[in-house]
Amino acid sequence: MEQLLLILLFFPLVSAIVTACSGSAAKPVALISSLVSLGIAAVLVLNFIPDASLQFGINYPWITALGISFKAGVDGLSIIPILLTNLLIPIIILTTFKSGHKNEPAFLALMLFMQTGLLLVFTAMDAFLFYIGWEAALIPIYFICAIWGGKDRIRVNMKFFVYTVGGSLFMLLGIIYLYLQNPAQNFDIQAFYNLDLDAAQQSWVFWAFFLAFAIKMPIFPFHTWQPDTYTEAPAAGTMLLSGIMLKMGIYGVIRWILPVVPLGLTEWGMTAFILSIIGIVYASIIAFKQQNAKRLIAYSSIAHVGLISAGIFSLNAQGLQGAMIQMLSHGINVVGLFFIMDIIANRMKTNDIAALGGIAKVAPKLAIVFLIIVLGTVALPGTNGFIGEFLLLMGVYQVNIWAAVFAGLTIIFGAVYMFRTYQGIMLGKTNDLTLTFRDIQGSEQVVLYIICALIIVIGVYPKPVLHLSEAAVQQLLEQVNQKLISVK
Amino acid sequence: MNIIITITVTALVVLYAGLFKAKKALLPLTLLGLFTALGFVVTSWDTNHVYYNMMQMDNFGLAFSGLCISGSILVFLLTQNYFAEHSENIAEYFTLMLFSLAGMIIMVSYKNMSMLFIGIEIMSVALYILAGIRKTNFGSNEASLKYFLMGAFSTGFLLFGIALIYGATGSFDLDVINEYLISNYKTVSPLFYPGLILMMIGLSFKVGAVPFHFWVPDVYEGSPSLIMAFMSTVVKTAGFAAFLRLFSGTFAPLHDFWLPPLMVIVCLTLFIGNVTALFQKSFKRMLAYSSISHAGYLLFSLVTISSRSTNDVLFYASAYTFANIIAFAAMIMVKQRTGADTFEAFNGLGNKNPFLAFTVTVAMLSLAGIPLTAGFIGKYVMFLNVMDRYQIYLVAFAILNALVGFYYYFRVIAAMYFKEGSELQLVIPLQYKIVLVFSVVITVFLGVYPSFILNLI
Repeated sequence: MEQLLLILLFFPLVSAIVTACSGSAAKPVALISSLVSLGIAAVLVLNFIPDASLQFGINYPWITALGISFKAGVDGLSIIPILLTNLLIPIIILTTFKSGHKNEPAFLALMLFMQTGLLLVFTAMDAFLFYIGWEAALIPIYFICAIWGGKDRIRVNMKFFVYTVGGSLFMLLGIIYLYLQNPAQNFDIQAFYNLDLDAAQQSWVFWAFFLAFAIKMPIFPFHTWQPDTYTEAPAAGTMLLSGIMLKMGIYGVIRWILPVVPLGLTEWGMTAFILSIIGIVYASIIAFKQQNAKRLIAYSSIAHVGLISAGIFSLNAQGLQGAMIQMLSHGINVVGLFFIMDIIANRMKTNDIAALGGIAKVAPKLAIVFLIIVLGTVALPGTNGFIGEFLLLMGVYQVNIWAAVFAGLTIIFGAVYMFRTYQGIMLGKTNDLTLTFRDIQGSEQVVLYIICALIIVIGVYPKPVLHLSEAAVQQLLEQVNQKLISVK
Repeated sequence: MNIIITITVTALVVLYAGLFKAKKALLPLTLLGLFTALGFVVTSWDTNHVYYNMMQMDNFGLAFSGLCISGSILVFLLTQNYFAEHSENIAEYFTLMLFSLAGMIIMVSYKNMSMLFIGIEIMSVALYILAGIRKTNFGSNEASLKYFLMGAFSTGFLLFGIALIYGATGSFDLDVINEYLISNYKTVSPLFYPGLILMMIGLSFKVGAVPFHFWVPDVYEGSPSLIMAFMSTVVKTAGFAAFLRLFSGTFAPLHDFWLPPLMVIVCLTLFIGNVTALFQKSFKRMLAYSSISHAGYLLFSLVTISSRSTNDVLFYASAYTFANIIAFAAMIMVKQRTGADTFEAFNGLGNKNPFLAFTVTVAMLSLAGIPLTAGFIGKYVMFLNVMDRYQIYLVAFAILNALVGFYYYFRVIAAMYFKEGSELQLVIPLQYKIVLVFSVVITVFLGVYPSFILNLI
C-alpha cells in the first residue's frame, strides 16, 4: 500500500516506453496500460479516507545539495484531479481508435508520458518536483500539437509554448524566492506554508505564481494563445489541453497560491477575481460570434474556467467546493464536446456551423449523446455541470452580488449559444453534405456513452465526489484564515 | 603533473606515428593516451599536489581537467573520416589538438600567473593553426587570421594586466596576491585596479563575452565544424575555469570593485548573444551566438561568488559541453549529407532518422534549459545563486533571455519534426553513434540525478 502512489506515478512512464516500442500493437497496449492506471487510481480512491490528512505519502531524498526531495502525497485537494487524469486518459486514447495518426506509437507514448507529468503536478508536495512535473507535462503536449496538428501548427504552437514556458519560468523565480526565504533550506510545501513573509513579498510571489497559472487556465488577458492552439491541435491534443491540462492551473492556485501567500491574495485576489469575471463575459461574447464550432467551444471553455477561478478567488467553502467538482465535470464535458467535433470534422471535413445541419435525422444516436453533453455543459439541473456551477455562483455571490449577476447572466448566455450550435449542426434541414453522415459506431459509441453516463451519474448523485474534497477544503480555508489573523 | 606529461607524450607519439604512415593507429593511440590521463585524474583525486608553486592539482583543477579530457575524447571520436577530406596530414591535427589540451590543463590548474599565460598561449597557438587547416578555403583562412590577431590582442591585455599586478604586489603567485589583498584591503596599490580590469578584459576575450565577442561568430563559422566543436566546448570550459580560479579565489576580496563592470559584461553577453542568435539563418552561426549567451550564464557564477560556485560552473560547463557535442555531431553529419548548415538542412530529419532527431532534441532541450535535462539544473543553480544575493532583477532579465533562447532552439526541433524535407537517407557511423548515445545518457542522467556533480568538489 505504501508504494501505491509511486506505482501510480511511474506506471504511465513505463507504459509510454513499452508503447513506443510496440509498433502496430500500440493502440491496444496504450489502452490497456491506461486502464491499468485507472485501476490503480480506483484502488487509491477507494482506500482514500476523506479527511484533511495527507495520505499515501512518499518522501525520498533526491538532490540533497539543493534541498530537493521527491515528496508526494494525496489529499482531498488532489484526489479529484488524479481521478480526472486517470479517467480521461483511457477515454482520450479510445477516441483515437477510429482516426489514424501517422507514427501512432510515438503519439500514444507522448500521451502516456504526459500522464506522468500531470500526476506529478497533482501529487507533488515539493515545489521543485511540482515544477518538474509542470514542465514534463508541457513538452509532450507541445510535440503532440505541433507534429499532428493542423496547417498553421508551427506558428501557433510556438506561441503556445513560449507563453506557457514564460509563465512557468516566472513561477520558478517565485519558487526560488520562497526557497531562499525558507530557513529549512528545502522546497517542502509544509515549510512554505509556515513561511512568514510580509505583504509586499507575498504580492510578488503571488504574481510570479499567478502568471503561470493564469496562462495555463487561461484567464483573461492571458488567453490569447488558447483559441488558436485548441483549433490547430489534433483532437486528442485539444482534449488533453482542455480536459486535463488547464486543471493544472486551477489546482496550482488552490494548492500553492491560497495557503502559501494569503496576504498576496488579500492584496491582489480581487484583481484576479475581476479578471476572471471579465474573462467570463468577454469569452462568452466572442463565442457567440464564432462560426467554427470547435473555436466556439474553445471560447466557451475560457468562460467556464473564468467562473471556476472566480469561485476560487471568492475564498469560501462553496466557491472552492464548486471549483473542485467543476474541474471534474468540465473535464468530462469538454472532452465529449471536442470528440463530437472531431467526429463531425472527420466525416464532413468542416466544423463550420453554417455548412452543417440536420445531422440528427441521419444520426439519432449522436443526436442524443450530443444533447446530453450540451445539457451538461450548460449546467441543466440533474447533470454534472449544475452542481458545480451552482456552488461556484453561490461562492461568487457572497463576494459581490454584481459579479454573481454578470456571471449568472453569462451562464444563460452560454446556454443560448450552445443550443444555437446544437441547432445549427444537428437540427434543421439535412443538406447534401450531411446526408452522407454515418452515425457513431464502435469505439465512438463506447466513449460517448461513458461520458453521458458520467454526466448523469455525477449530476444526480454528486455527494461521493463532493465528500472527497470537503474536509480538505475546510482545512485549507481555516489555514488561510489563521495565517491572515496571525499577521494582523 | 602526470596528466600533462601523459597528454604531451601522447601528442609526440601520435606525431611520430604519423611520420611512419600508421594512419589506423592514430585514433587508438590518442584515445589510449587520453584515457590514461583520465585515469590519472581519478587517482590524483583529493591529493592536492602543488608543483614548484607553479601548478596546483587541487580538486578544482582535476575536475575541470577531467571535463576537458572527456570532451576532447568525444571530439576525437568524431574525427572519423573528417580530417581525411581536408588533408593527408591527420597526425599533425591530432597532435595540435592534444597540445592545445595540454595548455588547457595548465590553464585550469595554475597557481602562478605566468603559468596562466603559458597555458593560454600553448592552447591558443595550436588553435590558430587548427582554425586554418582548410588551406584553400577563404573562410578558414579568415578565421585563422582573425583568431590570431584577436588572440594576440587579448593576450596583450592579459600580460599588461599581469605586469601591473606584479608591480603592485611584487609576485605572480596567486596566494601571495590574495594575502596582499587581504592584508592591505584599505590601501591596495592604484596599479592593482587597472591591472585587474585589463585581466578581466583579456579573459573576456578568451571566453567570448560581449563586448569582446566580435571574433566569435566569424572564427566559429570559418573554422571546420569539428574544430569549432572543440573550441566552443572544451576550450570554453578551460577559459571559464581560468576565469573562475582567478576571480573567485585570488581577487575575491575586491569583489565590490570588479562586480559592476562584470555585471555590465554579463547583461550585455546574455542580451546580445541571445537576440543575435534569434536572427541567424545558419545553424552553425546560431550555435556560435548561443555559445556567447551561455558564456553569459556561466559568468553568473562570478557575480555571486559562493561556496557552491565551482560546482555550479562545473555542472553548467558539463551540461553545455555534452549538449553541444551532440549538436555538432549532428551538424557535421547533416552537412556531409546535404552540403548546408542552415536550419532548413534539418528539415524532415525526424522522419529520415528518428534516432538522430531524438538526440538533437535532447541536446536542444538541454541547451534551452528544460527540466529533466542537465541544462535545466545548470541554469537553475545559476539563477539560485544570483537570487541568493537578492539580485532579482538580474534573474528576471536572465529569464527573459532564456525565453528568447527557447525560440531559436525550438526552431531546430520544429525543422526536424514539423517540416517536410528531402528523402535523403542518413547513415550514422559507429563512432558517432557512441558519442551520441553517451552524450544523451549523460545529459539525461545529470538532469535526473545532478547530485553526482553538484557534490563533487
